[in-house]
Amino acid sequence: MLLLTVLRRLLYSAILVVAVLVLNFLLIHLAPGDPADVIAGEMGGATQEILDSIRKTYGLDQPLYVQLWVYLKNAATGDLGQSYFYNVPVLDLIISRTGATLLLVFTALGFAIVTGTFLGVLASYKPTGLISNLVTVLSVVGYAAPIFWTGIMLIILFASVLPIFPISNMYDVTKDVGPIGHVMDVLHHLVLPAFTLGIVYLAQYSRLTRASMLEILGSDYIRTARAKGVSERQIYARHALRNAILPIITIAGLQFGSIVSGAVLVETVFNWPGLGTLAFDSILARDYPTILGILFFSAVIVIMANLITDLLYRFADPRIGAQK
Amino acid sequence: MIKLSRLLTGSALIASIFMSTALFAQEPVKGGTLVIGSTQKPRHLNPAVQSGIATAVPGAQIFATPLRFDAEWNPQPYLAESWKVSDDGKSITLQLRAGAKFHDGKPITSRDVAFSVKTVKENHPFKTMFAPVSSVDTPDDLTAIINFESAHPAALLAMSSALLPILPEHIYGDGQDPKSHPANNNTVGSGPFMLSEFKPGEHIILKKNPDYFIDGQPYLDRIIIKNYKDVTSLVLATDKGEVDMAPFMTSTRDLARLKKNDDLEITNKGYAAVGPVNWLAFNTKHDILKDKKVRQAIAYAIDRDFIVNALHGGFSSPVTGPIVSGSPFAAPDVNTYALDLDKANALLDEAGYPVGDDGTRFTLKLDYIPGFAEMQKTVAEYLRPQLKKAGINVELRASPDFPTWAKRVGGHDFDMSMDIVFNWGDPVIGVHRTYLCNNIRPGVIWSNTQSYCNEKVDALLEQAGVETDKAKRAEFYRQAQALIVDDAPLAFINELPYHTIYNKKVGNAPVTIWGTMAPLDDVYKAQ
Repeated sequence: MLLLTVLRRLLYSAILVVAVLVLNFLLIHLAPGDPADVIAGEMGGATQEILDSIRKTYGLDQPLYVQLWVYLKNAATGDLGQSYFYNVPVLDLIISRTGATLLLVFTALGFAIVTGTFLGVLASYKPTGLISNLVTVLSVVGYAAPIFWTGIMLIILFASVLPIFPISNMYDVTKDVGPIGHVMDVLHHLVLPAFTLGIVYLAQYSRLTRASMLEILGSDYIRTARAKGVSERQIYARHALRNAILPIITIAGLQFGSIVSGAVLVETVFNWPGLGTLAFDSILARDYPTILGILFFSAVIVIMANLITDLLYRFADPRIGAQK
Repeated sequence: MIKLSRLLTGSALIASIFMSTALFAQEPVKGGTLVIGSTQKPRHLNPAVQSGIATAVPGAQIFATPLRFDAEWNPQPYLAESWKVSDDGKSITLQLRAGAKFHDGKPITSRDVAFSVKTVKENHPFKTMFAPVSSVDTPDDLTAIINFESAHPAALLAMSSALLPILPEHIYGDGQDPKSHPANNNTVGSGPFMLSEFKPGEHIILKKNPDYFIDGQPYLDRIIIKNYKDVTSLVLATDKGEVDMAPFMTSTRDLARLKKNDDLEITNKGYAAVGPVNWLAFNTKHDILKDKKVRQAIAYAIDRDFIVNALHGGFSSPVTGPIVSGSPFAAPDVNTYALDLDKANALLDEAGYPVGDDGTRFTLKLDYIPGFAEMQKTVAEYLRPQLKKAGINVELRASPDFPTWAKRVGGHDFDMSMDIVFNWGDPVIGVHRTYLCNNIRPGVIWSNTQSYCNEKVDALLEQAGVETDKAKRAEFYRQAQALIVDDAPLAFINELPYHTIYNKKVGNAPVTIWGTMAPLDDVYKAQ
């Protein structure tokens, strides 16, 4: 039964991916100018012959529907094409950047879920107490501040006032520090981007946990548990939190797409060499295969995340599986 | 006592002179890593098929060229230890250094030179560099004779910097398209540095070539070119000392800020050959702008002193004609269109555009390149109220990104546009293209997008292009520039304030006409 559900979901996902590709293909071609113009710009000028030859090399002289058909046909065989701008296979380019994005996204998400839930639970102890109010203020500020603004403020703070964290790139290419030193260097560089990306979601999750906990703590089965003499720690950790965390899992899964798109902004602000920076550069360069490749890739990641959320949900709440 | 104090003062003076002399005469230090910060992200590293700063800076380190140029526009031996131009100017004989090798250990021969000239001629965007080449003879391994259909004085300059990289034929001669050759990202050249790692959009790591054909050089062990997402983050990194050198900086506010950093030096030397000009282009096919008087009136209405001193903080300098002041072919005696609003208004009246009831004569759209705010958007915004003083209503049209602007201006879909165009050393390479009648090519950015055509100018440029006598050549260019400036297809505004910022530890900073687009084999870094 589970297998059937997964297969059905996979089929829907495939259709969705094709739709994403077609739509994006058409959208990106609506933007004025083409890669040949950008390449000519990079070159400081070019002749008509050079422009024609670039267009011919990349098939840009073909009608749009032919280009779309060729692209879809190649994509179906796993060939995402050649980057017009960087002149390397798009798949290689994407693979080389995916690790950085996933590291950023999962660190931010982990930070947001763990800290957000903890703060939410803390706030639910005394809903009108000082800590609860502080968490509320933090949530409102964190949620209201745009990601790029938070990022830029952190850059200003850590660039000159408190220079303890690097403000740009994923590691310091000028340092020769060995494998362990490299890992530490990456983690050091990860602090600000992950914090910036995570803070928005942390705010949401802490609010959500607080509300959810308060609702659950007032429910009958908690009262029963208390009447049975279960310790408060057990009530919070085993009875209340387990139920309160369900909406967090759902929201985190559903929001995965928006976290990935948030990563585009954060990567651009901190020059984090992930898919976001690549997407940004590729849009400016009208590098169609790279943009489409990234969208294809992120669509797959988001769909997979939603699928995993579904499965996790079943694990966290056994009633969902049992209903089927 | 007095004597003693005099003696002490004198000694101190001598000591300080001696110390400062010692500092100036510091022996180059071997070793170390030079970190260059840049916002330019190269597509690949083969300058034979890709012009532009982004590829030229690393390209000039990886690939050697036959010649190099000093700071006074004199050709110097490089891969060619000598060269001879024939009396009729129709051939150049290059004598290559014996024993020079590519990074993979294979020897460099005259056949590699012939192959490289052919590749550049067929694929480089600057067609004019080697268009007149008829053949390349290779009588022996170390002699290459480049033959031209007509005399081609621009060829010497076209053999320097990153313009004629000597490619290994044994790698590039495999029949693949050189524009998309896999070796473009994994280059093998013969320059002072070898490619160690290229992460597109992130960094390039170059390491010292131990078999470099100039003994004892390069001094540096490594050069790392780090990409920054924008000028702001590059400036922050430079200020913090994360990078040793930041070339091609134009942001005047940032230059003023970095000037205060005691660890840094700032120079505007090293950009004479680039010759970047910021101008206002007119679409001469436009109903109103087709009248020369209107164009001249606009040129008279612009206060260049205000632009360079107030808007650019004194870091840029006014430009009066097509060729920049640092070039031997500059023409400083042309009409400079000094600010004269009365004359501007009179010319517009003469042209038949009286001031209407609303205080304006007509409306023109003004485009500008996005992303170079101080040179483009800021000047465009200044022009709006300024031209209003001559009764011209200006509407700014922003472009969201470069391709959008390029499509508009390249497609001749504009009234006026701010633009930045480089001279690229010899006028044949970077100047002729803007003015020749046969280079009006819709769809091609930085061709003659103004649709300007004057047969006298064409004839003068053609003569200058084949004249081997330098003085006569300069005279042809002087006459052509006087005509162009009078016809005013463009209002010349300023030279871009390109500056190189570098740490004081850096010795022999690159200040030749090509700056960092030349081999950095004599640059060193004090420990």
